[in-house]
Amino acid sequence: MSSKPIARGKPASDGEARGHHTDMILKQILADVLGISSEDAMALTPESGLFGHLPELDSMAVAGLLTEIEDRFDIVIEDDDVDGEMLETYGGLMAFVEAKLAAD
Amino acid sequence: MKLSTWQPGKRSNGRGAQPKAEELLLSFDCGRQSRIMICPALFDEANKLRRFTLGVMRELDVRGIDSAILDLPGTNESLALLEEQTLAAWREDARDAAAQFGATHILSIRAGALYAPPELPGWRYAALDGAKQLSAMLRAQVLSQREAGKALTREKLLEEGRKNGAMLSGWSLSATMLAELETARAHTPSQHRMIEHSEIGGAGLWLRAEPGESGAQSATLASMIAHSLEDAGEAQT
Repeated sequence: MSSKPIARGKPASDGEARGHHTDMILKQILADVLGISSEDAMALTPESGLFGHLPELDSMAVAGLLTEIEDRFDIVIEDDDVDGEMLETYGGLMAFVEAKLAAD
Repeated sequence: MKLSTWQPGKRSNGRGAQPKAEELLLSFDCGRQSRIMICPALFDEANKLRRFTLGVMRELDVRGIDSAILDLPGTNESLALLEEQTLAAWREDARDAAAQFGATHILSIRAGALYAPPELPGWRYAALDGAKQLSAMLRAQVLSQREAGKALTREKLLEEGRKNGAMLSGWSLSATMLAELETARAHTPSQHRMIEHSEIGGAGLWLRAEPGESGAQSATLASMIAHSLEDAGEAQT
């Protein structure tokens, strides 16, 4: 996995560093699921559309994606957690995973 | 590559007296010493890993190793109904096919480990427990039903499926198959060496939203198997 160094005036706080780590893992999972390069995955922005925007992300693929997120982050995603908003954009998915990690 | 058939129940297995239709067997068969029967991945993953699996067979062929992949009854070109199949029956089927091909080894892919006959030596690639296989299918079914506005939970779906079977993401599974998947384990006593995907490298192709392929991954797995046979002193001819 490659990523550009982030220029910062001061060291990142723990929270920021953790957020960056989560972002990297989540993008790698999407690269693996969508069959795109790590570079393309790194270019995903919070506004990048997912479910409903990418035809290959059907319910079976989303099920696989959620299972992989559970495995790699060691979290449990309940059916009731899953809604259109969390899956619609990369930012929505990232916010969901961060909230799950914070709740653990 | 050779297309032939195998016949379920030909090796006496006591599963009913009805003669069963022939099933497809795709092989690389040059009558060589090492002959590997492939137990393919199941359901959605069978499609996603088909090209990978055939790639492994081609790479084994290059390395002087025969292999064959069976159509399980109820899958691919089979005339049998999927909802009538069980894991236990598939294990018997894989035994039949292996015996008819004259297999010396078994290679299972992902959930193929759940029905791979344990008697022959071999390998289990990226094996997964039945519960995990089932969980992904239940989740996909719940997601698609919710999209259609139907409230459904995995628990409810499973409870109903245990009684009457269930249609999960287009795969019609019997109550017996569901019960078997709930408890089937990837690590069961066998002569099979577990090959984790991390030994192959790259992302597992079953993760892909759409079927993909990786010549490098196929070649790596075939190479590991060839080395393993060499180490066991089974020189290729």
